[in-house]
Amino acid sequence: MSKDHIDVNYLANLARLNLTEEESITFQRQIEDILGYINKLEELDIDGIEPTAHASPVFDRVREDVTKPSLERDAFLNIAPSVSNDQLKVPKVIEEL
Amino acid sequence: MSLASLSITALRTQLTAGEITPVQIIDDIEKAILANDSEINAYLSYDFDKAREMAANADLSLPLGGIPIGIKDNINTLGEPLTCASQFLADSYIAPYDATVITKLKAAGAIPLGRLNMDEFAMGSTTGNSSIKRTNNPHDLDRVPGGSSGGSAAAVAANMAIATLGSDTGGSIRQPASHCGIVGLKPSYGRVSRYGLVAFASSLDQIGPCTKSVADAALLLNAISGVDEMDSTSLDVEPIDFTANLNKGVAGLKLGIPKEYFTDGMDANVREKVKAAIDQLKAAGAEIVDISLPHTEYAVATYYIIAPAEASSNLSRFDGIRYGNRAEQNGNLIDLYKDSRSAGFGSEVKRRIILGTYALSSGYDHKYYNKAQKVRTLIRKDFTDAFEHVDAILTPVCPHAAPKHGENSDDPLKEYLEDICTIAANLAGIPGISVSVGKVSADEHSEEKLPVGLQILGPELGEEVILQVAQQLEEV
Repeated sequence: MSKDHIDVNYLANLARLNLTEEESITFQRQIEDILGYINKLEELDIDGIEPTAHASPVFDRVREDVTKPSLERDAFLNIAPSVSNDQLKVPKVIEEL
Repeated sequence: MSLASLSITALRTQLTAGEITPVQIIDDIEKAILANDSEINAYLSYDFDKAREMAANADLSLPLGGIPIGIKDNINTLGEPLTCASQFLADSYIAPYDATVITKLKAAGAIPLGRLNMDEFAMGSTTGNSSIKRTNNPHDLDRVPGGSSGGSAAAVAANMAIATLGSDTGGSIRQPASHCGIVGLKPSYGRVSRYGLVAFASSLDQIGPCTKSVADAALLLNAISGVDEMDSTSLDVEPIDFTANLNKGVAGLKLGIPKEYFTDGMDANVREKVKAAIDQLKAAGAEIVDISLPHTEYAVATYYIIAPAEASSNLSRFDGIRYGNRAEQNGNLIDLYKDSRSAGFGSEVKRRIILGTYALSSGYDHKYYNKAQKVRTLIRKDFTDAFEHVDAILTPVCPHAAPKHGENSDDPLKEYLEDICTIAANLAGIPGISVSVGKVSADEHSEEKLPVGLQILGPELGEEVILQVAQQLEEV
């Protein structure tokens, strides 16, 4: 069974997480253990088997297109970490060239 | 006797006879919580005044009129805090809307009361991953209540709640119900709307009841089930009364015993209790047949690809922008995401996000995620084939009784493997119920005080039959 190289810091970056050095070391070991166990699935012949994404397949159900009151705006603004002029504040996302 | 120790069914009889009032029930729950929760730690928060106000106006003509229900802290109740037991949401998130199950509970006359502890974002099987507090098993405070719905199960077991809602992604209702000695029901996938449940693994999550009796579980399922336009995966099926067949008995039912669920590693005392319960059902007229679910041994591996993969996607919403923790810093947007998430999430959550990210990452998705989805088909087919021959399936809920706190905390894989009996039902989307079938001792020197649960699995949308079997066991 092939053993894949796992770089937890690379993956953490993809997942938008910072890891401490201690977390990197612990997670590296634990995730390698878990993946080692998961490789058990290699034993199975799954050629021609259809994948299951949902236990009960329900396809593209849509609601009636009717206008209804939406949820209270203030309830959302009140729990936002940073608000200005009734809008969510975020750091600058466009850099000057 | 404290009203808090009674079942929904018993309280409803007294309420409609005018012997008690809904406010008295709230008062007794408050007393029970104030007296006992300092050692159990099931609740994260509660608002008795708000509950009393609702109780004073309760409509007793409704099916759950005047009954308070505790809520796992990952289900939105308008105006109440929701933490998912995570520092990411603690002290900052107030639910801006009602989950569909809360809307339905209120419509049935029930009163949502209290927020119950859980493993952070429902990831875990001990409630030890709560970043807020450690919940103790009411039967032995040195032991875990199970998880992730550990608070929901412990509150019911300790008579600090009449009944509660939990959520079950890989056993998170059934396993704590087993460890705490109560009834826990995971409905079929799609039976209950997930709208307003904080998503962990969307194709597996289901909300369900934790109760003192099988009849209470049926009553709660009546209230919370049904199609919902806010959840496109909720099933559009005819509503049924889940209490209707409760007392039909098991005579003539064919019940399957899958050999794969009685593993060598199973505790001998647990095995004995489960076998004794099976014998009771046989004595009550059920036909017991041996069956095989051949892909059982692949369920844990399949689950620990699919659930973390879905979690890594679902938890990307916790970015520090719209709600929850925002790190103090002046960097760019990416740094804000990283700092906010890293400070807000605990170890198990980070571990699963990273595992899920790996399983979905380019070059590995075929090896892991797609393969797991195919094995999921095989696991599902095992059940479809089995239910052509049997009406329900009987298994243990967990190979062991509740472990001590911290027993597997450094070895996540060992803890994951304990989920072997509950996980396949989520992968297959079928319903399962845990009922208490006795107590065992932890070792030869201690008394028999740790509850053991029997799991009854039914075919998709077969809740009626598993409730019927569970009711028979309760009557013994």
